[in-house]
Formats: sequence, structure tokens, C-alpha cells
Amino acid sequence: MRRLLYLLPALLLAVLLFRFVTPLLRGDDPSRIASVLIGKPVPNFALASLDGTPGPSSDKHILSSASLRGQITLVNFFASWCTPCRAEHPTLMRVAASKKAVVIGIAYKDDPMASAKFLAELGNPFAQVGVDRAGATGIEFGLTGVPETFVIDAKGIVRFRHVGPLLERDVADKILPLLAKLKNEQ
Amino acid sequence: MIAELGQFALSLALIAAIAQAILSLVGAHRIDARFMAAGARAASLQAGSLAFAFGVLLWSHAQDDFSVRNVSENGHRLKPMLYKLAGAWGNHEGSMLLWILVLAAFGAAVALRGRQLPATLRARVVGVQGLIGIGFVLFVVLASNPLARMFPVPFEGNDLNPILQDPALAAHPPFLYLGYVGFSVAFSFAIAALLEGRVDPAWARWVRPWTLAAWCCLTLGIALGSWWAYYELGWGGWWFWDPVENASLMPWLSGTALLHSAVVVEKRDALKSWTVLLAILTFALSLVGTFLVRSGVLSSVHAFAVDPARGVFVLVLLALTVGGALTLYAWRAPQLKLGGLFRPISREGALVLNNLLLTTACATVFVGTLYPLFLDATQGRSVSVGPPYYLRSFTPLMVGLLVAMAAGPLLAWKRGDLAAALQRLWVALLALLIVASLTWYVQGGGPWLALVGFGLGAWTIVGAATDLAERVRLFRVPLSSSSARFANLPRSAIGAAIAHAGLGIAVVGMTGSALWQSERVLTMQVGEKVEIAGYTLTFDGVHKEPGANYVAERGAFRLQRGNGDGLGTMTPERRFYPSQRTTTTEAAIRTTGLADLYVVIGEPDGNGTVVRVWHHPFVPWIWGGAIVMVAGGLLSLADRRLRVGAPRASTPGKVAANVVAADA
Repeated sequence: MRRLLYLLPALLLAVLLFRFVTPLLRGDDPSRIASVLIGKPVPNFALASLDGTPGPSSDKHILSSASLRGQITLVNFFASWCTPCRAEHPTLMRVAASKKAVVIGIAYKDDPMASAKFLAELGNPFAQVGVDRAGATGIEFGLTGVPETFVIDAKGIVRFRHVGPLLERDVADKILPLLAKLKNEQ
Repeated sequence: MIAELGQFALSLALIAAIAQAILSLVGAHRIDARFMAAGARAASLQAGSLAFAFGVLLWSHAQDDFSVRNVSENGHRLKPMLYKLAGAWGNHEGSMLLWILVLAAFGAAVALRGRQLPATLRARVVGVQGLIGIGFVLFVVLASNPLARMFPVPFEGNDLNPILQDPALAAHPPFLYLGYVGFSVAFSFAIAALLEGRVDPAWARWVRPWTLAAWCCLTLGIALGSWWAYYELGWGGWWFWDPVENASLMPWLSGTALLHSAVVVEKRDALKSWTVLLAILTFALSLVGTFLVRSGVLSSVHAFAVDPARGVFVLVLLALTVGGALTLYAWRAPQLKLGGLFRPISREGALVLNNLLLTTACATVFVGTLYPLFLDATQGRSVSVGPPYYLRSFTPLMVGLLVAMAAGPLLAWKRGDLAAALQRLWVALLALLIVASLTWYVQGGGPWLALVGFGLGAWTIVGAATDLAERVRLFRVPLSSSSARFANLPRSAIGAAIAHAGLGIAVVGMTGSALWQSERVLTMQVGEKVEIAGYTLTFDGVHKEPGANYVAERGAFRLQRGNGDGLGTMTPERRFYPSQRTTTTEAAIRTTGLADLYVVIGEPDGNGTVVRVWHHPFVPWIWGGAIVMVAGGLLSLADRRLRVGAPRASTPGKVAANVVAADA
């Protein structure tokens, strides 16, 4: 029994390495790992809206899954404390400016004051921002971290998920073609 | 021609490393003095040839020899000499060469300086150091050669990333590496001890100074890095829980734990296999740290498709080094003799608690850092778990650590009296209460974390002073007798108290800057004023100013206290480096020692210039505290006991006598 205890560090390392190396050696195209949510309706949620970002919702103070219906939306989880979010912000601004989708923000585990400051500083691409202070909506969406971006069609079905900061080429290669396709479906 | 000589030296270093490993380990196994002596000479040869190769790289950078790829990618003719030289280690290939140079130098230092060590233990340490050397020299020669030529030769270099052209950052990597690689000695000692099947106080007495020296360098390196982030990035923060920062924090945490558990081995001959494990883990984390920092595991994973050789190489090396060590540990550690027994409430018990808290803290940082990295490996994206995670997991552990830190040194070995120790800490408790209520009064309630932070800072500082006061029986015996006692105190005891106080100072700084900072962001036109924390800044406009290899836009702000006396001018800059088409911000910082006023200018927009002003209370204390910690470490390093080493400590009777003497 005691011997087993001494073996534990080596075993832990083996598990870690295995976890690391196998995907690398398999040469997976990682971005293909899709969310289980794809093709399913957007999870139910209702969040308080960040002040000063009244959006498409009928009630200006609530951002909910129901209020997303009837339009193509791009939902972006962000936080003021997250450095990659800062990096992707200009890209989000351009997506919003293209007016191909309604861009919705969800401030994940973030102080509303800090989110507001973050948006005041960098510019606000979002039609509306929901405050997910406890991170419960993040769990519903199966978030792995911030930033993460979802594209939701007019029927409220999740069509696309992107983990990590949006790069220009992600937008050009994946998001804009998808938005054009969704537009045609309507 | 010169670069080729350097290449030749690299190959020679590889052969020397192989000889060093084989001769030393075989010599130790056969107890053959000639083999062991030859191994030691090979260690010097390896260090010498790597020093030569690194000299060649420095020379190539100084001479702007753009036919060397590394120089053309990171050099520029107009760059000041300091940054030309810093360019040699400001990139992946060069920094790896520096890394193995430090590794080999430590190996040679043990070979040359370790005369008092038992011969076989010394040879095994040198041999293991050589084994690590083989792997990493091979990596440099095959996958990351800093002296490779390129053709055609460009007329001008690409320049070092401007954000890295900074004095603190020129010094930051060498210190960090001295720290990381310094832990390799502790690692080699651990492996050698497992091979020997023996860990004793003499062993710990040898491991401790190396670990302490590495720890001092690492502390300084981390402090320099965070200072740089503070004034150069222009975000007004000093720690971002970024993977690269965490990578240096993890070996620091486990190295700190190692430092303390080695004390238990040295004084009480207990916690042996745990200390060995910590030594292995600390170096493992240092390896992870190195590769995270310089296009490390993180970037290697990113660059995997581009250069598979490098990524696989690094992972294999890591797996072999750490995996081999841990397998050896699983095999040999159970045979280590169990050491002295102790009660839970005792100095040993306090040090165990210290170790538990530090390693748990290290594990939380590890999980927080690697969890996104796992995603990175599977999904090729970087995500951030961010400060909320660390605030919830890391901070409580540190609070526990600080609470225990003041009490630990007051407990006796083997069997302590907690109530008596706490009684002696009444001054510290009083300081805690006074500071916490002052904080409460000043901020009118406010974030309770500020009360905890400032209070515990005071508790730690006064607690460290109490430790010294108790040792010299201050106010209980005449002052002259106290000062005589103080002169006789071992320097390591004074050093420990100073280092503990340093952490307390740093905690005050962290708390103040995190919770009390105020910030103004606004667009200003010439003549406009902004007020912050009782200061008034008047904007006098921006003008262009040429620099060595950049053009600066320099803003001028007249500083006044309220509406009163002028305090001079603050001149933040934005620098544009044409060669890399990059802009950096140079914050203007005015410090009073108690607080910093921090001004950054941003892009000019239609209505004027974007200006950000921060007031950071206590922020200089963070780095002041770090310097005090390093000073404590250095003082402890100067302890006679460590300087002399363990004089002929291989005779058990002598060791026992020393332990008794140290206990008394």
C-alpha cells in the first residue's frame, strides 16, 4: 500500500503526458471538436441586462434565450479580466459593424462596473449585454473559458461554436460564410 | 568563421556532457576515483565550451553579424548596445543556450566546489547534471541552433520586439534562468540520493544553499518581470495570472516549500522522501516554466504543425527527465529510512503545514494554468480562467499561510506549545487589529479583503520581529545582553525573519494596489486638468521626439498637489519603432514610496489625446518586499554553517553532534 503511494506521482505524470501527447500525435484538427449544443436549441437563460445596453428584448432590462428568437445572433462570452478577450475585441467590433448578425455579449463572472468600463474603453460591439455574474449561464452553454462565441439562427438553434479569441481568419473563413448561409435559409 | 567556432563548441559540449554523465555515474557505481575525477573534468569542459558558444553568440549580436539567422531575426544596427547584447537571450534559441550554459555551470560548480561532499554522492550529482545536459544540448544543436547561418545575408535585422527593449527585461531572463536552473542542482541531489539510497542531514545541508540561491534569483527574476509588466505594458497592473507568469510562480511556490522541508531534514532527519519528491517536482515545474516562457509547451503546441521536431523533442525530454525521476522515486524512495518523530504541534508540524499550503497553492495555479493548456492541446485555442478563479482558490491558501507563518518559528522542535507561541505573538495580534481597524476607518467599511490583507501584512511583519525579539529575549534581559545575543544569532535565523517580513511588506503592497487603486480615463486637450487622489495634472500637449531606434510622442503633464505647489512635469511616451512597425507605451511614474502616480497616453482621437491616470497606493511595496525577501535569503546564504558546508559530515557521530548543537 505504501509503495503504491510512492508510485502515485509517476502515475499522475503518465496521465498528464498521455492527455497532452495523444491529441498531438493523432494530429487531430482540434477546431473540429464540436459542441454538443450544435443543432440543438439555445439553453434557457434569463439575465439582467448591463445598464446602457438595451437590446432586441421586449423588456429592456432582461436578456433571455427567448429574446434571441427571430434574428440571427452571435453570442460572445467575455470578461474584463480576460486578456484574450481584449485581443479579440477589434474583430468583434468589425463583425458588429458588418450588421450581418445581432451581436450579443454575456459578461462571464465579471463585475458589472468592470464590464461597463471595459466596453467604454474599447468600444461596445454588443446590441445587448447580459450579466452572468455567477457563471450559471456559462455552465448551461458548456463554456470551457472565456472568450467563447456562439452563432444562433433565427429559430434559436445553436449553429456554431468557437472556443478562444476570434481571429480575423475565423471570421472570414467560418463565421461570415455561415451568416450568409443562415440569411439565405430565412 | 566565428559562428562556426561556436557551433564546434556546442558539439564539443555535447560530447563533454555524455562523458560527464557516463564517467561520473559509472565511477560512482564502481567507486573508482579516476573515473569520477575525469567526470568532473568533463563537467568543466562542458561549461567552458558552452560559455565559449554563448560568447560567440553575444559577439555576433554585438557585431550585427546578420549572416547568423538569430542575429538577423532579432538584431538591428540602430539598437543600443545593451539591447544588442540582450537580443542574444531575448529569443527562444539564444535563451535556450543561456539555459544550458547555466545548467552546465552549476554542474561544474558542484564538481569543483563540492570537496566536502562524499565522493560518490558528488559524482552522482555531477553525472545526473550531465544527463540533463545531454538532453538539452542535443535539443539546442538539433532543433534550436542559435548559431545557424542564413543565406542570402540581409542588410538589416528584424529588430528585437520593442516591448522587450527595456533594462529590467534585459536582466529578467538571466535571473529567472539562474533560478529555474538552480533547482536542477536540488534535482540532481535528489536523484543522487535515491541512487545512493540515503538521505541525511548532511545531504540537506548541501541541498539548502543551492536551493536558497536559486530561490533568491527566482524571486528577483519574478519581481523584475512583474515590475516590467507594471511600467511597460501600460495597463497599470503588475500581475495578470497569465500562463507565462504562473509558469514562474509554480517553481517559486514549490521551491519555497522545498526550502522549508529541507530544514526539517537538516535539523530533524525527517520528511526525507517528501523533500526528495519536492526537489524533483520543483525542477519539473522549472522545466515546464522554461518551455512555457520561450515558445515553450504553449507555443510549441501552437507551432506544432510548423516545427514538429521542436514540440515533440521538448515533450520527450520533459517526459524522460521527470518520468525517469519519478519512476526512480517510486522504486527507491520506500527504502529510505524513516526519520525522527514529532508531534503535530511543533516546528516540524508548522513546516509540514507550510508545505501543505504551498504545494496546494502550487497545485491550484497548476490546474488554472494547464486547464486552458489542455484545451489548447485539444482545440488549439487559448482561453483564460482568469483572476476570479485565483481569487477564490489561491487567496484563501495564502491567508492561511500568512496566519501560520508568524507562529511557526516560535514553536519548539519535536513538541511545541501553541498557546505559549500565540501568547508571545500578542504584539503582532495587536498590530493586526490596529491596522485592520485603521483600514476600516480610512475606507469607511469597504472591501473586507483590504482589512484581511493589511492586517495580515502587519501581523507577518511584527510576527517576524517578534521571532527575533524572542530569540534575543528583548526587554527581559538587559539591552546589552540582548545585543550580544543578537550578534551570536545564526545568520540564517535573522535571514528567515527578514524574508518573512519581506513577504508581509509585499502583501501590504499587493492589497493596497489591488483594492485601493483609483483610475481616470479621459480625452484631454491642451490646458485641460485632471484630478486624482489629491493631485492635479495639467496637460501641456504632445510633441515628437526622436530616439535611438524609435520616434517618441511625448506628452507633458504639469503635476500639482491639489491647487498648490508645482511638483514638476510627468512625461509619458508612445514610442513607434519603424523596423518592427510596433508602438510601445512608456508610462510616466512618480512615486512617493507609499504610492505611485501613473500616467499613460494613448492614441490621439478627434477631440484630443486619450489619457489614463492611475493612483496605486502601496504598489512600490510589492517590489520593495521582494527585495527584502531576497536580502533575507542572501543573509541566510552567508551563514557560516552553509559557507563552510558540512565539514566531514559523512561521519555519523559528527552529524548527530551538529544536529544537537543546532537544536540547542
